[in-house]
Amino acid sequence: MSKPKEINTSIERLEYLKARKVKRISIILTQVLILIVFLVLWEICARLQIIDSFITSQPSRIVSTIINLYDEGQLFVHITVTCWETIVGFVLGTISGTLIAVILWWSEFLSKVLEPYLVILNSLPKIALGPIFIVWFGAGTTSIIVIALAISLIVTILEVLNGFVATDEEQIKLVKTFGANRFQIFTKVVFPANLLVIINSLKINVGLSWVGVIVGEFLVSKAGLGYLIVYGGQVFQLDLVMASVVILCIAAGLMYQAVLLLERLIVKKT
Amino acid sequence: MAYIVEIKNIGMNYQSPNGEIPAIADISLDISRGEFICVVGASGCGKSTLLSIIAGLLKPSHGSIIINGNDITNTSMKVGYMLQKDYLFEWRSILQNVMLGLEIRKTLKSENKEYVYHLLKTYGLYEFKDKYPSQLSGGMRQRAALIRTLVLKPDILLLDEALSALDYQTRLAVAEDIYSIIKKENKTAILVTHDISESISMADRVVVLTNRPAYIKSIHTIELSCDIRTPFRSREAPEFRHYFNTIWKELDVHV
Repeated sequence: MSKPKEINTSIERLEYLKARKVKRISIILTQVLILIVFLVLWEICARLQIIDSFITSQPSRIVSTIINLYDEGQLFVHITVTCWETIVGFVLGTISGTLIAVILWWSEFLSKVLEPYLVILNSLPKIALGPIFIVWFGAGTTSIIVIALAISLIVTILEVLNGFVATDEEQIKLVKTFGANRFQIFTKVVFPANLLVIINSLKINVGLSWVGVIVGEFLVSKAGLGYLIVYGGQVFQLDLVMASVVILCIAAGLMYQAVLLLERLIVKKT
Repeated sequence: MAYIVEIKNIGMNYQSPNGEIPAIADISLDISRGEFICVVGASGCGKSTLLSIIAGLLKPSHGSIIINGNDITNTSMKVGYMLQKDYLFEWRSILQNVMLGLEIRKTLKSENKEYVYHLLKTYGLYEFKDKYPSQLSGGMRQRAALIRTLVLKPDILLLDEALSALDYQTRLAVAEDIYSIIKKENKTAILVTHDISESISMADRVVVLTNRPAYIKSIHTIELSCDIRTPFRSREAPEFRHYFNTIWKELDVHV
């Protein structure tokens, strides 16, 4: 009983921290291991001709395809085109979706009137509108961005409007007792209370925008990762298809991390 | 002497698609400056509706509210409202929270800011001004909410079950706290509650409402034989039980 309590707890604490660290490292190691085993097995099976590398491609050929693209100066052209279209897509989708949600929150009448249209537009697969956009906006970047925008816009409107409407009535009552007008109710309560909802729909829109952009590039384009995938498929060059998919994975992953970073910045600031 | 608040034949019906719900039948009451009024009644009897009408948030079906001789049709600068919970905004620091009302009324002048600092210092929240609400205890949050109301210098404070979200012990302490602040700042207060003891311990007059549609069943002027009147000491006064029993019977609660 005479033992100092602090030393006791600190040993326990050290053990706890150590166990945590071991657990974390073993998870990361296993994750890396799975990837390595998968790639090695793929490469070996292709070399021993257990699988047909003409159809499945193989890691070494994917790497050399990427290096080739880089040497030809094509790699970053395609990545930039696709990333740019995606970023414009989800930023526009989130901003315009939020703005429309603000208008619908402002006018309950308008929101009631438009409700059935929004519901139908929401359930419509937006990709079906692709050909229409191409006719309207031409076979190019604009159409691709519009497709990406169309996919994320309606979801954003519904999601953000839901958040706005669900704002705590008592919080609104509080600022009303101070004599707040509708604009002040929005800027002082409804908007800050729903900042997380908006950031959340931004995160969802990143994924949706990728879908829109790749589909758009499938339909019309002369550059971009979607274009490379379709082109590779048409000329039966699976190395190119696989290489593009790998680049796509990395680009999408990085972009998501960037948005998470942005989220942390905004949340910290408020 | 002129009354600070005159409630004249207030009645309120709520309209809904299923019909008309009468909340308040007919209530009239005159309140003098500096008085502490407690309104008690069973839950759902229209107490909060009455406060919302006095605050100018709701338009009554009939009757009028006169404050300082002026008819009230909209929210008044003279009236401060405290809700059931503190509703401090999590995205604002304590200082930003207590300045919310000034911001909305566009009166963020330096003299008002001085007053904010003065109140924060007087009531022990100055060191916490840059903290966020979640970092404060329930009692401190309630005090911050009261300061948020006081910085607007209202003559009349409306407290809508302002303590009911707190646990019992905090509640006793905060009642003590808020009572002394209100008395010190010499405000007129109307507290709505369903807690009979709370009402007797704080009020100069207790107004008992009937069930819905509400009218005033009785008014009790609370006179307790204790030297210094605080909510806590009031509870020890010999007359306390008597008032409690009378009001309890009048509320006529059926379980």
